[in-house]
Amino acid sequence: MVASPQPAARLQWLFGAMAMPRGWRAGAGPMVAAAVLFLIVLASLLAPLIVPHDPMSMDALQRLKGPSETHPLGTDAYGRDLLSRVVTGGRISLLIGIGAAVVSVLIGLLTGLVSGFFRIADAIIMRVMDSLMAIPSILLAIALVALNGPSIWSVMSAITIPEIPRVVRLVRSVVLSAREEPYVEAAVALGSSMPKILWQHLMPNTLAPLIVQGTYICASAILTEAILSFLGAGVSTEIPTWGNIMAEGRVYFQLKPSLIFWPGVMLSLCILSINLLGDTARDKLDPRLKKREA
Amino acid sequence: MLGYIIRRILAVIPVMTIVAVFVFLLLRLTPGDPAAIIAGDMATPAQLERIRTSLGLSEPLHEQFITWVGLLLQGDLGTSLISNTPVTQMIGQRVWPTINIAILTIVLSVLIAVPMGVLAAWRHRTWVDYVVMAFSVLGFSIPVFVIGYLFIQTFSIGLGWFPVQGYVAPSEGFGAFLSRAILPCLTLATIYVALIARMTRASMLEVLGEDYIRTARAKGVKEIVVLFRHALRNAAVPIMTIIGTGFALLIGGVVVTESVFNIPGIGRLTVDAILARDYPVIQGMILLTSGLYVFINLIIDLSYTFFDPRIRY
Repeated sequence: MVASPQPAARLQWLFGAMAMPRGWRAGAGPMVAAAVLFLIVLASLLAPLIVPHDPMSMDALQRLKGPSETHPLGTDAYGRDLLSRVVTGGRISLLIGIGAAVVSVLIGLLTGLVSGFFRIADAIIMRVMDSLMAIPSILLAIALVALNGPSIWSVMSAITIPEIPRVVRLVRSVVLSAREEPYVEAAVALGSSMPKILWQHLMPNTLAPLIVQGTYICASAILTEAILSFLGAGVSTEIPTWGNIMAEGRVYFQLKPSLIFWPGVMLSLCILSINLLGDTARDKLDPRLKKREA
Repeated sequence: MLGYIIRRILAVIPVMTIVAVFVFLLLRLTPGDPAAIIAGDMATPAQLERIRTSLGLSEPLHEQFITWVGLLLQGDLGTSLISNTPVTQMIGQRVWPTINIAILTIVLSVLIAVPMGVLAAWRHRTWVDYVVMAFSVLGFSIPVFVIGYLFIQTFSIGLGWFPVQGYVAPSEGFGAFLSRAILPCLTLATIYVALIARMTRASMLEVLGEDYIRTARAKGVKEIVVLFRHALRNAAVPIMTIIGTGFALLIGGVVVTESVFNIPGIGRLTVDAILARDYPVIQGMILLTSGLYVFINLIIDLSYTFFDPRIRY
């Protein structure tokens, strides 16, 4: 039944975490992902210190040059150094990804707790969330940026708002099943206050799924930021972001594909590592998966 | 059963009402003068005035809403601020390329993804499974426009198999349509395939552990029949659900893909409207796609009894 073990073993090693829910020991996949992500984050944090050129400085004589000693990845249409721009571009993308994840998880957690515990609020909140989910998130984000201007804050909130309903639904479903547990009943019978029951007894149940959801939101926010910039509805074009570099590279795509290739590779590597770590966290934290394994 | 269908259809009303209120308030509650936001920094007072009258912005908020909903219910989405044509007419002119591409994408995705997911679950923890899962994670992680340019670079420029960009209607020649539509469809399908394959695999894994699968195998039913008739049908409900909720992803993908491949559909219409701050068009597109999303998920909800006769309402 089982195919030749050699390629299987190799792939298992690479992507171990996805299929083998035995946590961090399972394979090198999550280790590689963590290392890649660490490098990207480190490079982004240190970007102003390590990049060889100013990512903004233009040079009319060096337009669209190929790789050379001074410009390892070549230059863009304004003669700016591509390597410096790609490394610097990660700063905004990561900031928006992490920001969107933290804010949407916090807002979603509070809303979801209330929604799961109070039936009247639940009916209203869930209708609003259903409606928000019905609006395609890219279009909603585009409209929000178009109206609020291309600042980092407006882009971040435009990406955060469409993510909130998913968090609310998740938290609510956890609360709905947990509130029937004997320990919650006991807390109610003992006369614990409502905020205390919500925060001390129900909230901890949501932490594990929220960590997993948070990583996925972070990945999807970075992706959405790139798409918004690519469509011309993102952060101001003066700031280099992976999406902006690719958007400017569109025009010269046939002439110089590397303008889209390198930021695309960085973006994909970054999102891939975050997704892989999210899968690993899910496999490790989800007790249902563990039971099935046993 | 009939009661459920009616209740489910009626449940659409509050959702669409809130969407409409939301879309309405989106412009009106933005800090600052909405007319100035639409017109941009270089607007003259006359231009501002024209936008105000065109959108009825000088009326009180509740009256604006009543007028707007009244027109909406008559199928009037307003008039474009740029071309002065009715939004419904603009959408009508541009909707067919998008519909053709979307249908081809969904068919292609289901045909690729469902067998992939079934195979991965059947050969759980073998290299087949790992390849499918690896593809699925990759599909989620590579932005749709990067995939698009990668395809253009490889298949159009490198191998010369397909035209680089553009669109031909199927009525003007199906072969020409297909040769131009196949790359955008594959681009769009990548994330959709990743999503559906993943869900098919998970759902099949659960079903394949059931007693009736063991019984079917024990009485000598062919494996392919076990997989596709006994197992897949029982695993179909979550798969259908993900196809429905994934529709939102498809919309987002359409907007990007049409820009990459230069297809004159409603995705391009939306991007052009954003760049020109043509608010009635943006508003109309959000309403239209949300309505479509709600409608498709309604149909899918109602189709559950067909796939799983155990579900009774």
